[in-house]
Amino acid sequence: MPDIFIQALIGGAMLGAGALLLMLTLGKIAGISGITAGALLPKGSERGWKLAFLVGLIIAPILTSQLGFGLPEALPGSSIALAIAGLLVGFGARLGSGCTSGHGICGIGRLSKRSIVATITFMSAAIVTVTVVGVAA
Amino acid sequence: MKTIIFALISGVIFGAGLTVSTMVDPVKVLGFLDIAGNWDPTLAFVMGGGLAVYLPGYYLLVKPRGKTLFGDPCDLPTATKLDAKLILGASIFGVGWGLSGICPGPAITNLSSGNTQIYLFAGTMLVGMWLAGMVRRSR
Repeated sequence: MPDIFIQALIGGAMLGAGALLLMLTLGKIAGISGITAGALLPKGSERGWKLAFLVGLIIAPILTSQLGFGLPEALPGSSIALAIAGLLVGFGARLGSGCTSGHGICGIGRLSKRSIVATITFMSAAIVTVTVVGVAA
Repeated sequence: MKTIIFALISGVIFGAGLTVSTMVDPVKVLGFLDIAGNWDPTLAFVMGGGLAVYLPGYYLLVKPRGKTLFGDPCDLPTATKLDAKLILGASIFGVGWGLSGICPGPAITNLSSGNTQIYLFAGTMLVGMWLAGMVRRSR
């Protein structure tokens, strides 16, 4: 197996462990879209732990970069494409009650029917989009 | 204070996982979604690794007790119905994800890169979340 697959598997296990720790200690689902909206939007709730989790997400790559795992230097796509994509990602994730983390890991991890259907739906929509528009529009 | 500390630690581990797994790199994400083109299967291992930990952890440690390690009740989703909002929302999210290769976790984790493009994405993502909140409440 190529090293990058093993690295991805270990990284995936780490994010699963982070999500599981949040459930075991706070009893909360690690859904990043819900946590972000709850922490930062005017009608938010339980802002304290949500902000702390977001701070953790932000400082994590600063720590892992010491071990050689850093962030990408540039993002593909034009500014206008990124702005539109951000709007769709934020709107869709909240309307659909979750994103890759809340549905894809925590929801499927609980074998939730809603999350399995949501994950198949957003994966399919994303695959169709990349196929039609091409990589990095 | 306890909840703040554990939320912070959970966030660090989750964000480290996103970074180590290369999920923070939209080029890798778009390569994974490009199954009709030059497919890069790497990110299948991210989801596999995440579920390999979360699923048994949930069924062995969380579900039987329904409580946290400190004895507090777990806050689990109760909705079971497949409704139009779920399907429509997931579809819209998928289109945005396919356009950019960025989902909410990587959007936040990339903020420390100093790349101005990620602030643009995160900014419009917040606007989108706010708009969805208005729609959800108006029903």
